[in-house]
Amino acid sequence: MGLLSDPNRRRALIGMLTRLNAPICMICYMAGVAWFMGLAFEPFTLRTYMSENAMGSTMVEERFPAGERALATGREFAAHKKKTGGMPVDWLVRTMQARGLEVYTQRFSRKLPFPDEDKERYMVKGTNVYGILRAPRAPRTEALVLSAPCSPGNENNQAVGILLGLAQYFRSQIYWAKDIIFLVNEHDLIGMQAWLEGYHHTNTTGMDWSPLQGRGGSIQAALSLELSSDVVTSLDLVLEGLNGQLPNLDLANLFYAFCQKIGVLCTTQGKLPRNDWDTTSGYSHAVQTMMLMVLKQASSRPWGDHGLFLRYHIEAASIKGVNSFRPYKTDATTVGRLLEGMYRKLNNLLERLHQSYFFYLMPSLTRFVSIGYYMPAFGLLALILLLRALDLWVQLSSPPTRTTEDGVEVVPASPGVLSILTPLVISHLTGVALYTLPVLSQELAVEHFPVSETEAVVLTAIAIYTAGLALPHNTHRLLAGEGTEQGWKVLKLVAVLYLAVLLGCTALINFSLGFILALTLVPLAAFITPHVPKTLSAVVMVILSPGLTLLFAVFFFQELQETPVTLQEGWMLYLSVISQGILDHALYGSLLYPLAALLVYPCWLLFWNILFWK
Amino acid sequence: MAAPLALLLIVAVTIRAALFRTSLANLISERVEVVSPLNAWKRVVEGLALLDLDISPYSGDVFHETPMVIYLFHFLMDYAEITFMLADCLTAVALYLAVKDYNKQVFRKQKFALEADRIPMDCLELIRSPTEMYYIPLKVAMFYLLNPFTIVSCVAKCTCGCLIYGSALLSAIFLALATYQSIYPLTLCVPALLYLLQRLYIPVNVRRSSFWFYTLQYLFMFLGSLLVLICLSFFLLGSWDFLPAVYGFILSVPDLTPNIGLFWYFFAEMFDHFRLFFLCVFQINVFFYTLPLSIKLKEHPVFLIFMQIALIAIFKSYPTVGDLSLYMAFLPVWNHLYRFLRNIFLVSCVLLACSALFPVLWHLWIYAGSANSNFYYAITLLFSVAQILLVSDYFYAFLRREHHLTNGLYLKKKDGSEATLVLK
Repeated sequence: MGLLSDPNRRRALIGMLTRLNAPICMICYMAGVAWFMGLAFEPFTLRTYMSENAMGSTMVEERFPAGERALATGREFAAHKKKTGGMPVDWLVRTMQARGLEVYTQRFSRKLPFPDEDKERYMVKGTNVYGILRAPRAPRTEALVLSAPCSPGNENNQAVGILLGLAQYFRSQIYWAKDIIFLVNEHDLIGMQAWLEGYHHTNTTGMDWSPLQGRGGSIQAALSLELSSDVVTSLDLVLEGLNGQLPNLDLANLFYAFCQKIGVLCTTQGKLPRNDWDTTSGYSHAVQTMMLMVLKQASSRPWGDHGLFLRYHIEAASIKGVNSFRPYKTDATTVGRLLEGMYRKLNNLLERLHQSYFFYLMPSLTRFVSIGYYMPAFGLLALILLLRALDLWVQLSSPPTRTTEDGVEVVPASPGVLSILTPLVISHLTGVALYTLPVLSQELAVEHFPVSETEAVVLTAIAIYTAGLALPHNTHRLLAGEGTEQGWKVLKLVAVLYLAVLLGCTALINFSLGFILALTLVPLAAFITPHVPKTLSAVVMVILSPGLTLLFAVFFFQELQETPVTLQEGWMLYLSVISQGILDHALYGSLLYPLAALLVYPCWLLFWNILFWK
Repeated sequence: MAAPLALLLIVAVTIRAALFRTSLANLISERVEVVSPLNAWKRVVEGLALLDLDISPYSGDVFHETPMVIYLFHFLMDYAEITFMLADCLTAVALYLAVKDYNKQVFRKQKFALEADRIPMDCLELIRSPTEMYYIPLKVAMFYLLNPFTIVSCVAKCTCGCLIYGSALLSAIFLALATYQSIYPLTLCVPALLYLLQRLYIPVNVRRSSFWFYTLQYLFMFLGSLLVLICLSFFLLGSWDFLPAVYGFILSVPDLTPNIGLFWYFFAEMFDHFRLFFLCVFQINVFFYTLPLSIKLKEHPVFLIFMQIALIAIFKSYPTVGDLSLYMAFLPVWNHLYRFLRNIFLVSCVLLACSALFPVLWHLWIYAGSANSNFYYAITLLFSVAQILLVSDYFYAFLRREHHLTNGLYLKKKDGSEATLVLK
């Protein structure tokens, strides 16, 4: 407490912090970035290990024999799917019943706010079919879910085949202590959303679905299988769920442990774990894997059908079969054995997976970085904002007294509340417009311009975003007269603290999003004053604005996935990403769009305001 | 001054009425920061339902309000929203009048001191001018009514008590009412007494019989009205059920629902055989500081009231942001202390950040399931530390101003160099 009560030491410390403010901020920023890049360096990361006792020590033997028969079922499913031109509900019900499951169906329908051009859907109607295998060994209070999507075209037929094959095999085993629910969902996440809402009796997004007729116990874990070929070279684990939520790390550990045991190549982000961490290429490989995870998590959207389970405290992941040109192939029997092993271990769980980490980044499937290691990277960036705020506070609390010609000291008047409140209110109103208008005004736009609904929504959003740059600055002068030197300092103090709190909260919920926003917004918040060269700073500010950050992220993501795009394609991708973001918010309740429109963008506008302060 | 106050009341009522109409009202009334097991509206409704069925409302483990309140709401059930808005407005008007009255008194005292030349010459800049004091009552009312914390508690229909100071009897009755509601305002008895003594120019002197006479008279009024209230409750209800259900509940803290206070986590983690001891330690915190503070601040009862309300808000067993807003409403009264505050920037940053982090960490813990109670308690702890820093900072600033008023603003050391005041 000496620091808080001893005025001399305080003065010394504050003096140092204000004098060396700029260099300390620079050092913090570089240290933050360096720390973040260091996270992918293997000696700084931890090896993954199984924390859950119930899954660690027990041995299971996988005996699933019927891979070929499962593939045949898959082909049959494909034929029926083609015949009905959608989900072959009757066939699935019959087949599941023949395998001894309790089978139920759920119908759902949903009208999208505007047509989804990526997946070509607007009025969505579909049916989920699920069969419950009742646990013979225990009261039916807990359940596990295995799901496979019924996708349009020729995809994921093998996944449904293996699902049905496993159902038949699991039925003949007696060791199940949890109900196992086999779910075939139509229209990927929309069907999943309907099923989960029906299962848990909630309705958060105003979707139409028929209530479920049969239920198992509370769901402990879920896996979603995507498989489109008879043989696979590797299996890819997808963890990122809605709003950047991740399942417990033990689920990833479980997957990895069984891949090792059975001898299947396994990847995350499509990247194999490598051992040559001490070479440049090995390190850059780890960085790429981690950056892919960061970008996917920051996008706040579910990257597989498992993504919506996480909202209900259900640990879930998607397993995707990848068939590339490698010579070494894995057949369907092995994939079935892998799933059998995982379900038997999950069956042994005594409580939900909770022992291991929920906040982590993975530079490879065998390595992870926990929250304690990656938070300092963000903390260093956030520290800059606090230092700047302190600096401004010190400047404001000891106002420089100007001496006029008469030798009379004039203390500048403190700025009125209005001059601060006006930009705040106006930038937030712009944010509200950005949030509400695009979807509301689509009909109007379609009438007057030759565009489709989706284009109308996206282009309206971009138009409002751009119009916001012209609209609000210097509005305070209308109400409060001439802006003062003190005025912008107070506004900047408010804006900096606002940004710090905003980024801090974002980083807690979704570290990747918070870090990416901090990376671009913090330097801008640190250097913007009305006295820097206007044109140059305006260009820099626009480049660092949230909208363009998204554009860069799109290009960077494509680059990392090794599918680079041209400018033209990138732009089209950017437009579709925006429409997907808005749709994700409307359909599943992803928070990225409202966060960006209602909070981040207005905050950025405040800094824009400061730049053009007169 | 009446017109701005009326305008303020209208604005405040409009905001509340608008919020009652939105879906936010439901959301807010579920927040643990805003409602406590003592005052949640849901529980009042439950109590009313039990009462309607002729069952004692205390027979379950849900309802913990006092009998008077439940009978009050029994009649006002349909007008609950208006009642809450009215209560807020009344509290604000009462604060307004009280602070106005206090300002008048401060000014008079200052004038006497000036005329008697008791204030050193270089302290003139510490003297408070009437112009700067003119708006303080309004600011106090504004701070209370437009404080987001107050608004959310009103919308959540929290049943927090209110206080006013008028004549001796009235003050005793209101104090008894407040004590009856939640026992902690018992500590406000001392500052109220000091305030009244000061108004009647009775010096606080243990050897004077007038002092003792008045003290006993006041205590008699206070205890008498408390007794009347409790007996009235007994006759209304026909049983003593409410004593353990209300006061036992407050003192022994059986409900460990997370809130912004310090109790829940600590007592959830504790071994049972230490419970009683630590219960005493925690509860004594509220009452412990009354005596030393009253001795130190016997000349300044209103500041003492502020300190006491703040301490109650920090250390009580089921605190909510509504308690916070009450003492924060007093902050404008002390804005002449601003130049002596040292940590106000740090404290306000921490309070701001904590207010934003509460819902975020709650979401991560309860809905996302990825964080746990430790995260939430860390923020609670930080929030309490910030509040304590705030209060002690104001205390220090107040004492320092008083010191300067007697010893001059620019202190010199013995060797003539500029001296600094150090708190140790």
